[in-house]
Amino acid sequence: MTDAPAPGEPDRQGLDARLVVERHGFRLDVALTAAPGDVVALLGPNGAGKTTALRVLAGLEPLAEGHLRLDGAPLERVPPESRPVGVVFQDYLLFPHLSALDNVAFGPRCQGMTRAEARARAAVWLERMGLADHAAARPRRLSGGQAQRVALARALATRPRLLLLDEPLAALDARTRLEVRAQLRRHLAEFEAVAVLVTHDPLDAMVLADRLVVVEHGRVVQEGAPAEIARRPRTDYIARLVGLNLYRGEAEGHTVRLDGGPSITTTEELSGPVFVAFPPAAVTLFRDRPTGASARNLWRCEVAGVETHGDQIRADLTGELPLAADLTTVAAAELGLHPGAPVWATVKATQTHAYPA
Amino acid sequence: MTPSVRRTRRMLRVAGAGATALLALSACSSSPASSKDASAGSASGSAKPSGTVTVFAAASLQESFTALGKEFERQHPGTRISFGFGGSDTLAASITGGAPADVFAAASPRTMATVTDAEDVAGTPVTFVRNQLEIATLPGNPHKVASLKDLTKPGLKVVLCDRTVPCGAAARKALDAGHLRLTPVSYEQDVKSALTKVELKEADAAVVYRTDVRAAGDKVEGVEFPESAEAVNDYPIALLKNARNAETAKAFIALVRSAEGQKVLGAAGFLRP
Amino acid sequence: MTPRDEPGTGTTTRRIGTAGRRGVPLPLLLPGVLALAFLLLPLLALLVRAPWRSLPHQLTSTEVWQALQLSLVSATAATAVSLVLGVPLAWLLARTDFRGRALVRALVTLPLVLPPVVGGVALLLALGRNGVVGKWLDSWFGITLPFTTTAVVLAEAFVAMPFLVISVEGTLRAADPRFEEAATTLGASRFTAFRRVTLPLIAPGVAAGAVLAWARALGEFGATITFAGNFPGRTQTMPLAVYLALQNDPEAAISLSLVLLAVSIAVLAGLRDRWLTGV
Repeated sequence: MTDAPAPGEPDRQGLDARLVVERHGFRLDVALTAAPGDVVALLGPNGAGKTTALRVLAGLEPLAEGHLRLDGAPLERVPPESRPVGVVFQDYLLFPHLSALDNVAFGPRCQGMTRAEARARAAVWLERMGLADHAAARPRRLSGGQAQRVALARALATRPRLLLLDEPLAALDARTRLEVRAQLRRHLAEFEAVAVLVTHDPLDAMVLADRLVVVEHGRVVQEGAPAEIARRPRTDYIARLVGLNLYRGEAEGHTVRLDGGPSITTTEELSGPVFVAFPPAAVTLFRDRPTGASARNLWRCEVAGVETHGDQIRADLTGELPLAADLTTVAAAELGLHPGAPVWATVKATQTHAYPA
Repeated sequence: MTPSVRRTRRMLRVAGAGATALLALSACSSSPASSKDASAGSASGSAKPSGTVTVFAAASLQESFTALGKEFERQHPGTRISFGFGGSDTLAASITGGAPADVFAAASPRTMATVTDAEDVAGTPVTFVRNQLEIATLPGNPHKVASLKDLTKPGLKVVLCDRTVPCGAAARKALDAGHLRLTPVSYEQDVKSALTKVELKEADAAVVYRTDVRAAGDKVEGVEFPESAEAVNDYPIALLKNARNAETAKAFIALVRSAEGQKVLGAAGFLRP
Repeated sequence: MTPRDEPGTGTTTRRIGTAGRRGVPLPLLLPGVLALAFLLLPLLALLVRAPWRSLPHQLTSTEVWQALQLSLVSATAATAVSLVLGVPLAWLLARTDFRGRALVRALVTLPLVLPPVVGGVALLLALGRNGVVGKWLDSWFGITLPFTTTAVVLAEAFVAMPFLVISVEGTLRAADPRFEEAATTLGASRFTAFRRVTLPLIAPGVAAGAVLAWARALGEFGATITFAGNFPGRTQTMPLAVYLALQNDPEAAISLSLVLLAVSIAVLAGLRDRWLTGV
């Protein structure tokens, strides 16, 4: 992946792209590389330009600058119908007037197969997706999960060298989602070419992808393996996604002086610009200043808001150090947490994690 | 008119049903308009003409009547002649429907008859001009049409008026008189449409009125034919019963029938009665 | 609803139903009913004053059947012409962006506002024997259009096609263009995407437009009589026969109108059941 040959090498297998699109004052500039078999997730907030990137890869929108090569072949000027690219759209866009089978057979037909050949191939794909019984069904009679699989089969039936998935699970309800996510993971793992999926859901990204590319405001802000990104977020957006309190500061030994704020004591010994992260569960709250002072990281805060978070209570705190803290319902009741209430927050140095910025 | 339609009408009359024609366009009556004691025409001159007179006149009279109206207004200051031009059938229908008019000049005795039948006419209508058929050909007469018989030559595109309209009925009469069978490319809905087809050079010839040929100027060339004498169309004029300005209206009718009026009408191609 | 339905559900449904009926505001109901009466009254008058006794004789006349047959054939042909040319035009207007598209759309609707007789004259000036284009048709191919059944079809298509184009364009604009994109990513050319995806999706709108165009073509009078003339069996459609009968025999005209009315109601009702349900 990262140790692959430099971009621009002509016979390189897989995807090698730098996508630049400019529109209405918005500029997307994203570099993407992936080897065959890779599943890359473009993760980012709404409006970050993820879907635009996907549309450019599919050829539905033109490239302003940059390049796009797939298995060494330049695709910049290739019209969408001639690109070896398959797309699973966010709401699937199954053709409502065609059966599931004919939806899947559509691509092979366009590639010049006879109707019978195309249908035979489509049947194989539906079988593989466990949808053989639904071949004759019209899309509107399919459940969300079934429709998703038909859409996947339709995209794969053209044997693409690049599979694009736009928010593949967003249209599903929570329960179906769990099941479909697992199936999709299996199908993507079997897929031998490059897959790029776009999502704003970190869980989807972490489960489905080998590598995450985090996009904010049209730029890549961080990329790497899911575990790496979960452990070492580099922007507030990612920290929020993976559920960490994240701060940036200047390290000097075990002390990190935060930009315009207090200091945090860490176990790592670093120097220079660093990130410090700790989970909300690592925070302990007190109504009165704790006397033991076993925690060196002690800050005076004020409750900004409280909400349930699973079976826990999450408190949003402002004050010396803005942070999120998780505590049990009982603890929250004992502390009398309500917006405006003053609290003391501590974090053990062992539960913080500092890494170079 | 299709033969079946004729049959229908006869049937109806026999059955005595549907006596009231919906649009008052019934053509069943044939009251003669030939009486010579036309009270309409005799301008008594007992009162000085004044005020406005409304004249409903057949479309073919538009140019000559407009000129005569101006002349009348000049001769009788303080008067105004207001015209309603249109198809005679339509005008007759409006008159019997109660349209306010003082004078009606129709293009055929048949349409005048619908008004007299409805007893909307004061006195008896009198024929003031006659119109005769003529062949309209392309300018220069490239197909050398010299007679009605020439129109039956194969390859020649001829348009006639439909039998249901006066110029079509007249053309049929003339063709019958000459024992000729003519298959036109189209039976047009009125004389202007027939003429337009020749003006636009879509048809090679049309059987229309002399006045129409005259009005078209050099866009068509007229060819007279003897059979037209068998199908001369009388134009009756009458004072209407509900005229609000009968004296002035009579004066206008007098002008139309005068030598001066006949000169204007004659210039437009009309024949003296 | 079946009696076995849960009582609670039933009551709710019924209550909603009643509320819906009670909720029709008078300012809408009154003009609405008036509009219906206004549209139906003249037709009713035709029926009331129709010479029913002579109707059987009308129906046995060959000329009436000839005119009716010509009307149906030419209206259908005009609709076909409108479909073949109009649907692509609607697609161009809805899916492509070119300079002056707004102007083109306005021009397309022009035949709607043009008096049909003027349309007929315009057709003569364009396609007549001496017309701008017709001159060449005549001298190169020996084709003259006026006074032919083809001219009837052209005149009807001229006035009917705008209805189809406007209707189909509206349907296309309402249809999701991303289906075409999806087809494209599956390897379909833009034309294939149109043919195999968009066209089936907008089929109800196309059918509605076609019916509208057909109805307009069937009733066409002014452009037809001007461009194609009037000759029984060749260019005399029902509306022409009706108009000419009206000149001296209104009762015959009423009978002819009733025949046309009955046939078109039968055809439209038949189509509505078969194609247009759920539109």
